[in-house]
Amino acid sequence: MSMTQLEKNIEAIKEMSGSDPYKCMRCGKCTASCPAYSEMDIKPHQFASYIIRGDFEELIESKAAWKCLSCFACIERCPRDVQPGKLVDATRQMVARSRGGDYLQPEEVPALLAEDLPQQLLVSAFRRYRR
Amino acid sequence: MQKIGVFVCHCGTNIAATVDVKKVVELVRYEPGVVYADDYMYMCSEAGQEKIIEAIKEYNLTGLVICSCSPRMHEKTFRACAAKAGLNPYMVEVANIREQCSWIHKDKEEATKKAVILARAAIAKVNLNTPLQEGESPVTKRALVIGGGIAGIQTALDIADAGYEVDIVEKEPSIGGRMSQFDKTFPTLDCASCILTPKMVEVNQHPNITLYTYSEVEKVSGYVGNFDVDIRKKARSVIFDKCTGCGECMTKCPLGKIGNIPSEFDRGLKNRPAIYMPFAQAVPAVPVIDRENCTYFKTGKCGVCSKLCPSKAIDYEQQDEIVTVKYGAIVVATGFDIINLDKFGEYAYNESPDVITSIELERLMNAAGPTGGHLERMSDHKQPKDIVFIQCVGSRCDSEEKGKPYCSKVCCMYTAKHAMLIKDHWPDTNITVFYIDVRTPGKNFDEFYRRAVEQYHVNYIKGQVGKVKPQPDGSLLVQAADLLDGKQINMKADMVVLAAAVEPNPGVRKIATMLTASIDNNNFLTEAHAKLRPVESPTAGIFLSGMAQGPKDIPETVSQAGAAAVKVIGLLAKDHLKTNPCTAQCDTLLCNGCSTCANVCPYGAITYDDVQVMDHGLRETRRVAQVNLALCQGCGACTSACPSGAMDLQGFSNRQITTEVDAICR
Amino acid sequence: MSMNEENKEFRPLIVAFCCNWCSYAGADLAGSSRLSYPADVKIIRVPCSGRVNPMFILRAFERGADGVIICGCHPGDCHYSTGNYYARRRMALLFSMLEYIGVENGRTRVEWCSAAEGAKFSKTMNEFCEKIQSLGENVRLGDLRCKN
Repeated sequence: MSMTQLEKNIEAIKEMSGSDPYKCMRCGKCTASCPAYSEMDIKPHQFASYIIRGDFEELIESKAAWKCLSCFACIERCPRDVQPGKLVDATRQMVARSRGGDYLQPEEVPALLAEDLPQQLLVSAFRRYRR
Repeated sequence: MQKIGVFVCHCGTNIAATVDVKKVVELVRYEPGVVYADDYMYMCSEAGQEKIIEAIKEYNLTGLVICSCSPRMHEKTFRACAAKAGLNPYMVEVANIREQCSWIHKDKEEATKKAVILARAAIAKVNLNTPLQEGESPVTKRALVIGGGIAGIQTALDIADAGYEVDIVEKEPSIGGRMSQFDKTFPTLDCASCILTPKMVEVNQHPNITLYTYSEVEKVSGYVGNFDVDIRKKARSVIFDKCTGCGECMTKCPLGKIGNIPSEFDRGLKNRPAIYMPFAQAVPAVPVIDRENCTYFKTGKCGVCSKLCPSKAIDYEQQDEIVTVKYGAIVVATGFDIINLDKFGEYAYNESPDVITSIELERLMNAAGPTGGHLERMSDHKQPKDIVFIQCVGSRCDSEEKGKPYCSKVCCMYTAKHAMLIKDHWPDTNITVFYIDVRTPGKNFDEFYRRAVEQYHVNYIKGQVGKVKPQPDGSLLVQAADLLDGKQINMKADMVVLAAAVEPNPGVRKIATMLTASIDNNNFLTEAHAKLRPVESPTAGIFLSGMAQGPKDIPETVSQAGAAAVKVIGLLAKDHLKTNPCTAQCDTLLCNGCSTCANVCPYGAITYDDVQVMDHGLRETRRVAQVNLALCQGCGACTSACPSGAMDLQGFSNRQITTEVDAICR
Repeated sequence: MSMNEENKEFRPLIVAFCCNWCSYAGADLAGSSRLSYPADVKIIRVPCSGRVNPMFILRAFERGADGVIICGCHPGDCHYSTGNYYARRRMALLFSMLEYIGVENGRTRVEWCSAAEGAKFSKTMNEFCEKIQSLGENVRLGDLRCKN
């Protein structure tokens, strides 16, 4: 029974991230490309295997999810289109959801908006909260 | 005394620019034996060759020295030219004054001096040359294939289709080999017997193929084109021509139910009667009686099969029969088995019936197998829920007494196949594969493996399993590590499948010895050249097919089988074989029969015979070495090993080389 | 040795035995690539390094050679499977015997050279010539045969 729960969780991650952790072949190119490597306690390539194994707790409690710079080098270079950056992003979202208050209405956005906020952050914020 | 003509080539300016060709001609003109010397712009050209032919005729030349490019380039040309003028082609020597002189030296005087020395060495050698005749040996137009697995079947079919007669010798009661035990084949997942049995039937019905099943090669003599092979046809105890293959005997044999005779074909997962065919689609469909277990042979009582046989085909009195057949070529296709796992106690193979090998899993998955294709644990017949596959069990293992140093090559792919087949049938099974590396070089192979991961969610973990511990509750505890995540793993499994290393069929050593075919440290047959002659043994007339040569999968085996067949056809298509005349020769007066030469000969070309010799007026019978000219390849290993100087090599004789040394050191 | 200083014009006499399949072809490649080495090297073609009878080497030294080199296929690549292994063992024994009777180890050498290693062939020959040059003229071995 726990298996089906695990599968449900993985499906949720897939949906949140839009990427398929099973496609990872552990080549390590993402980790090799990561500018925050020394800060990451769970390396980018490990995100896929942690998710497949169902070790969500460890991911949520990791520093890695917050040390990721969202530079997307891993997404750009991944040969299997797993895009670990998106899995990291999904992890952050899991954390946000686990703390409740995980929905943001579009109307609330302008008030939160600062002039010099990069476009990318906006998009990423929408992905995080508008699902 | 020879009458030698020396011809010095300018090769345009290639030689003439650095070597004073005219001076070379002048300096060699008075060498012993030389009656004619000249130079020409291009010796290899039509006009140059014409010049040689004219000189041979005019001066009655008995030997030629051509000072030109490397003999690897034009020795053949000049030999053919000599033959045209009626001179024995082996009376020609080439002095290499281009690649080994003019092209590498700049000083003209020095290069000219060297060219003269090289020419002198060649002249000195020709003085001792003797006319050599290429030998001829007839070819028996029939091939023998040892082993009736997919490799042997394919080789035999290809040879037979080309119109030559082929015999297959198979030691089991049926052909089919390992492939007949498999369930499905990667990467397309066709059913193994669906693609194999038609070929088995074709072999059986082919007019050019004779099958010797339940037979073994007993003795091999002869050489390429002319092998004599003794085949032992083991007593089947069933008269071949009378049996209709109805199977009545097998179903009624009392030992079928109570005998506890493990079926070899089902890898001991099932019992078989004492009179049996290995499997239902066996070819030929004629059972054999296992005399070691049969009650009649043990006690003289029973005889149920004989009484019940509707065609009176049972013959308890049958004897082994030995037939001798002549062959022109022999293909070794003896295949493989998996290694014994006794040394791998950590995987509990001998402790738990739920730890099985991949071949056993093939049988368990096979619809014709012991469980009718239903995957179940052998201990409690329950369907396993968590299955662990362990790769490289004994492969890539440097400890010689435990495993094998090589990669078995097929395990990665068949494990992915097994995992997918299981998931296809029983989707809620959890499958974990522990691997060291996943190796999938082959067309559509990596895609196949990725499908197991991505679509079937088979859990691949990098890290070898350390221990499998059977638990009191009947499950198995698997201790391993996930090296990529740096975690130790302790997981429960219902079944553990071991990808045991493959090894050449243990019988191959004996066969290789009979054939004098060389074999490596792992008992794989050695090829004549790893890259350029991969299906030939260094021993002429012996060819290799399938796993006997090295680990390979079915597609590769079939291609290699075809390649071996082509080589055989190429040999059998000839009426006679031309033999290299530069062979070893034994001086019977000097030989003391010590066998040193036979031990170093890589081709088994040396035998010993009792020969009558006249030594200083005494007639004696001595055991002396005899060189088989059809087998000798002219390497000369025997000549330098011979302690008494009896062995010499024609074309590169001791005297010829010594005189070259003398000429250079003059 | 004083002999070296006196004889500035000393040119060594070097005999190279090359097997037909690998090293002779390597020498040809060195030639066609114009990779020079001293003219002091004279090559004798043999079918296989295993064909080189120790007698030939003794003969060369006896007749005044200053160095002898045997070239064969790389281990495992012998055209005749095993010839170079026999050559290797045989020469190890012969060379130690030669040293005992006064032919320094530097004057004898076994080298593996494939048909693709023209550069290696040329380099080996250059090195060997230099070595022999530095060793100077060989003490001519007297005729070793027993005379009655």
